[in-house]
Amino acid sequence: MIRVENFTKVYHPGTANEIVALHDVDLTVHEGDFITIVGSNGAGKTTLFNLISGNQPPTAGKIHVNGTDVTRDPEYKRAKYIGRIFQDPLLGTATNMALEDNMMICYRKGFKGLKISLNSRRRRFFREQLVQLDMGLEHRMKDNVGLLSGGQRQALTLLMMVLSEPDLILLDEHTAALDPKNAALVLGLTQEFIDRFQLTAMMITHNMKDAIEYGNRLLMMDRGEIILDVSGPEKRNLTVDKLVEEFHKIRHRTLESDEVMLSEP
Amino acid sequence: MIEAIFIEGLIYGLLVLGVFITFRILDFPDLTVDGSFPLGAAITAIMLTNGYGVTLTLAVAVLGGCLSGVCTALIHNKLKVPNLLAGILTMTMLWSVNIRVLGNRANLPLMRRETIITDVLELTGGLIPRAWALLIFFFAVTMIVKLLLDLFFRTDLGMTIGAMGDNQQMVVTQGVNPETLKIIGVGLSNGLVALSGAFIAQYQGFADVNLGRGIIIAGLASVMIGEFVLRSNRIFVLTLRVLIGSICYRGLMYLGRVYGYHINLTPSDLQLITGVLIIALLAATHLRGQARWKGLQQHVGPDELDAAGPAAGTVPQTSGNASGASMNSSKAKLKTGITHD
Repeated sequence: MIRVENFTKVYHPGTANEIVALHDVDLTVHEGDFITIVGSNGAGKTTLFNLISGNQPPTAGKIHVNGTDVTRDPEYKRAKYIGRIFQDPLLGTATNMALEDNMMICYRKGFKGLKISLNSRRRRFFREQLVQLDMGLEHRMKDNVGLLSGGQRQALTLLMMVLSEPDLILLDEHTAALDPKNAALVLGLTQEFIDRFQLTAMMITHNMKDAIEYGNRLLMMDRGEIILDVSGPEKRNLTVDKLVEEFHKIRHRTLESDEVMLSEP
Repeated sequence: MIEAIFIEGLIYGLLVLGVFITFRILDFPDLTVDGSFPLGAAITAIMLTNGYGVTLTLAVAVLGGCLSGVCTALIHNKLKVPNLLAGILTMTMLWSVNIRVLGNRANLPLMRRETIITDVLELTGGLIPRAWALLIFFFAVTMIVKLLLDLFFRTDLGMTIGAMGDNQQMVVTQGVNPETLKIIGVGLSNGLVALSGAFIAQYQGFADVNLGRGIIIAGLASVMIGEFVLRSNRIFVLTLRVLIGSICYRGLMYLGRVYGYHINLTPSDLQLITGVLIIALLAATHLRGQARWKGLQQHVGPDELDAAGPAAGTVPQTSGNASGASMNSSKAKLKTGITHD
């Protein structure tokens, strides 16, 4: 269980460029939650992820993971139990290394010693795992990852992350840079893995339909605040129209966001 | 004379392996080398002069090199100083340190001292000519170091270091502290550089604080010559071509010294020649990359190339990042970095 208390992030404090990216955010993520997060640009979605993953320190506030205060832990320490996938497919894998080497590095989190762990048994295991992706990657384990397409790389990153069994996975628009077909494929795999391994997940998306269709809980963010938090039956009955209407009711202005509206098919 | 080129090429090959680790694998252009190379030489000279054993001397020299690398990495990590500046800082400080190590002298001869050279010659007992005995010995040493490095970059740790040079965020996401990896990598690199300096001091028979001047450029030139003659992404070949590059570079410098005499070149012009050589190599790899790219376009058609997806996108413009390695790649076969197969 992850508990976020009063998370606040201010960039350039005390200057003319001061930006409050996150304002006093409280959030409790229960085990098994699959939370989708929507909001226009600058709403603070990615900042929230950066603070949860430890990529940036919060200006104020605390984060507890399973009862322990980890606010001061650096990103690499939290990475042992928090997995993250970025929008850019290049960030999850090492371009100039073979697929099997990439999988080997990701197989076990934390500092690695002088063992040579990539043996034929490990290779067989990796091959079996790659079959699940159904992309023919099991035949390309010696290829450099740079030869794969963006969709294949993102699917591989997802698989590698799942294999390390994290307590929480953060998906930062991980399908936004892919073409529609690959995006659907990776999203499908995401759902499949979350179900099968009963993962706890948070997913930022610009696509309201996806946000409604996937997950058991939906957060809407605006100007650094969580303005809507729905789950259970209420979430199941949501539609895009209702969501837009809800936003209007709460903020007394229309949801003018370019991208939120544009991304609807 | 030809043996001397090979011997020098192999000894400097250890330094070039160090330069290769930082510049190519870690993506950490480390200039500490200009200071850690003479440090290795200085430690060797002073310890042998004071009667310490050869093995202990070499061990201390390597340790000294490692520590200077660690120093650079720490300055970079802890104070968030750019890696180039961190290297220059350590290098500058090492110049003073080296004079201290040499006992407040700028150089120290090793005449009539027991060195690794005399040990080797004693062992062979005059059975084979001096030059050949040394060549065989340094070939063996360099190959052992090279093979150990190959092995290292196949271990889990070595692979992670390779991945960090490629994509630091990935390493962080995998729960590894990149700062630790940099300390290990830069330390290892400078250990090799100091070992090279230790051998050179014994081979040439003296240590001098100015031994390291411009040595990083010589190392880089050697790396690039190697990349020019052999193309591969396998670690075994990558380290092999580093040594080949080093020998070629020494050969070229020999030619420069011998034939340069006729056109009024002096040894002090060699730095200029090295710099021009690097620029020429950069230009050549750049042109070659462009030519291959054009040839490929005609062959496949640009549409199909684009369909290779964003991941395959090292277009010629972006790959002019001063690295011969990435220029070796064609769009269809992106074989630039290391695979550990």
